Amino acid sequence: MSVTEQAKTSSKAPTRLARFLDSDLLYSFLRTPTAMIAAAITLIFIVATLFAPYIAPYNPFDPAQISLWDGKLPPSFVEGGDERFFLGTDNQGRDMLSTILYGGRLSIIVGLAAVFLGMLLGVTLGVISGYIGGAFDAVIMRIADVQLTIPGILLAILINGIGRSFLPLDMREEFAIYVVILAIGLSDWPQFARMTRGATLVEASKEYIASARVIGLPSVLIMWRHIMPNVMRPVLVLATLGLANAIISEATLSFLGQGIPPTTPSLGTLIRVGNEFLFSGLWWITLFPAIALVILVFAVNLFGDWLRDALNPKLRS
Amino acid sequence: MSELLKISNLDVEFNTRRGTIKAARNINLTVSPGEVLGLVGESGAGKSTIGNAIVDLLEHPGRVAGGSVMFQGEELRGLNEHEMRSIRGNRIGMIFQDPQTALNPLMTIGNQLTETIIKTRGYKMPQAIETAIELLENVGIEQASLRLRAYPHQFSGGMRQRVVIALALAGNPELIIADEPTTALDVSIQAQILDLIKKLCKERQLGVIIVTHDIGVIASIADRVAVMYRGEVVETGEVAQILGAPQHEYTKALISAVPRADKKLHRFESVDYIEGGDVRKPIDISSHWLGKGIDPSEDRTSGIPAISVDQLDLSFTLKNAIFQKNRKMLRAVNNVSFEIAPGETFGIVGESGSGKSTVARLIAGLYKPDAGKISITGQNVLGNPKDANILQARRSLQMIFQDPYSSLNSRMNVLNIVAEPIRFYKLTSSEDETRKIVGDLLDHVGLGAQAASKFPHEFSGGQRQRISIARALATRPRILICDEPTSALDVSIQAQILNLLKDLQQDLGLTMLFISHDLPVIRQTCDRVAVMRAGQICEMNDTEQLFENPQHEYSQHLMSLMPKLDLLV
Repeated sequence: MSVTEQAKTSSKAPTRLARFLDSDLLYSFLRTPTAMIAAAITLIFIVATLFAPYIAPYNPFDPAQISLWDGKLPPSFVEGGDERFFLGTDNQGRDMLSTILYGGRLSIIVGLAAVFLGMLLGVTLGVISGYIGGAFDAVIMRIADVQLTIPGILLAILINGIGRSFLPLDMREEFAIYVVILAIGLSDWPQFARMTRGATLVEASKEYIASARVIGLPSVLIMWRHIMPNVMRPVLVLATLGLANAIISEATLSFLGQGIPPTTPSLGTLIRVGNEFLFSGLWWITLFPAIALVILVFAVNLFGDWLRDALNPKLRS
Repeated sequence: MSELLKISNLDVEFNTRRGTIKAARNINLTVSPGEVLGLVGESGAGKSTIGNAIVDLLEHPGRVAGGSVMFQGEELRGLNEHEMRSIRGNRIGMIFQDPQTALNPLMTIGNQLTETIIKTRGYKMPQAIETAIELLENVGIEQASLRLRAYPHQFSGGMRQRVVIALALAGNPELIIADEPTTALDVSIQAQILDLIKKLCKERQLGVIIVTHDIGVIASIADRVAVMYRGEVVETGEVAQILGAPQHEYTKALISAVPRADKKLHRFESVDYIEGGDVRKPIDISSHWLGKGIDPSEDRTSGIPAISVDQLDLSFTLKNAIFQKNRKMLRAVNNVSFEIAPGETFGIVGESGSGKSTVARLIAGLYKPDAGKISITGQNVLGNPKDANILQARRSLQMIFQDPYSSLNSRMNVLNIVAEPIRFYKLTSSEDETRKIVGDLLDHVGLGAQAASKFPHEFSGGQRQRISIARALATRPRILICDEPTSALDVSIQAQILNLLKDLQQDLGLTMLFISHDLPVIRQTCDRVAVMRAGQICEMNDTEQLFENPQHEYSQHLMSLMPKLDLLV
């Protein structure tokens, strides 16, 4: 014990980076191969899809680069494949690899934006509910309870449908992505709100909150500066696991034809389009996007699981 | 007398990512049959580690790195888990701190006892039951044969600890290791349990190792004492010698830090040995930032009480219901009135649940009273909370809380923690000045300005409490409410914090409301005291008069429970 104490008293003010490099979180990360592999896959996926315009051999959204003559070609490593198209082409002659990269980009952007929206809404309502309590808390939490009784994906379909019907016909394709983000974000706020509220109740009963109140700080400031930073840990875990769910939700919506239109397909749209050709033997159109989706979601989930364990003081050794 | 247990040159190490921590270094101890050895030290001293090392119950990643543990001439180190298990329970019994968790709540007392007896002594059932009854009678449980069928929750805390002791005796051990056996118990029950352990020790010629942080426990039960400090035994000897004429500097500091119940001292002397000592510069209020706009002499001459509380009432709802008759209410504060003069230290003492903390929180504005009046420096503070006069009055009052681990926001560094009230009330003209004042405040509480860039988790409990004090001072308060400010701290740190509060009060002319359950602490700190019980004040008097001559029956009862430390000089 004396060793650590000496280290503590002698150390100079560490920078934020130094503090992170010394943190238990990083220590645990560097000793959990699963977490590192999962993080690496996720990172590679994000980088590859974000830089799709530079990495992908073709731009599948550019009609000038698409030729129907190249349609329905199998992957290059299969008999009858074309060297130009490593993973083959779809029915319109788009390169599958490029389409997956561009589609993955949409999926990840939709996932991130939807989780961010859900988190923003859920955390705000959760902190206020937990701290203020009373009627506001009761109303918000009952709404959340009711919403949780409806399966999330059904709710997303509903919101998505309503959202679309408000848009003029010619704008529906253009704005489809925002409607999907809104639909998924609005369907998963209750989880964030519930978790945040619980954490807020715990934090609000601690003495540093009482001390802030005695100093005379207004409630808004107490919630923003004192409670928020202290409830963000579990929220971060939920957000990571929620990202995987949001990607799946987007894929489901798109698969059902409710999401991103086929002109700028996401992974879900690709799987749906490919599904139609599955029985005519064109397996690659649906299989490769599906594999990409599974790997991505699996990696994000593994990473989230590790984060949950690492941030849980009870499980820390 | 031959030795029952002989520990020589024992080293215990914990391998962590930040290097090896030596939790115990070169420990040499002996225990003879019929002897109680007290192992005393503060948190982190390694006293529990030794208890656990003897029976090989060290928590991961701890390990015994060297030395030997001889028990009745047999080396315990290097025994395998199976052999060790037959020693634990059979020949060495363990008593743990918390009787709540030491018993299985789903098994009757009788089953737990007979199970252990059958396993350790190899008896058949009828004989085991007989032995169980005998054991329960031995530890002072009446109608033992009937109580066998009872479950742990049907026993009180003290009774449960008696059952735990009976369990420890079930294997007929020669040595008992008791790790803080009375820390979770009330004072009155503590005395009974200690008497019981002592009696059993002498009757059965047991060796007993009692691990504790409490000098009072040592004084009342131990024959010999080993004082531990930072993993080492600094001093061993007869209890009278250690307490009466300590040799080592640490022992002297530790013993002088124990609050005396029998007489009031000006301050705790020679506690500087611990935690780097107390380097604090005094404050001259007339020229210091903290005294800006404040004239302490004015407070005193005005005749207006710093805090005045009149017929305060507060009930908590235990069970809510639509109909009034079904609601269950607890009257936490019942008709409480008192006044505190400027510059005075007023204490409220009482057991847990007496409502003393609730009174403090009412005055601090954390709760709203159902009825009654609260005035701070003459200003009624129960009106519109946005009123400027009320805000001003509230700002002159700050509070220091009990738990140093939860009273600081762990996500903010010390600079931001202390500067927050200064920035919020714009008490300085520039950020540079704010930083200077924060550094200065940290100096005055004995931490040093370089603490500002660190985070709370880098500090010990006592240091955190100093940060809390610096933060409380940052609004330039005239009144401090201290709600059990030292009850979560080790005794030597407590002495330092109490000294600090006293110094600050003198320098700044602060008024203090001091809440504590600890009578000796109250005696050392307060000018006047109110004794609270079940939400009411039963007696209020000058400290010395109250302690010398308590009038109320309950005050007398409390006084009689104070640990006797006659051995101290």
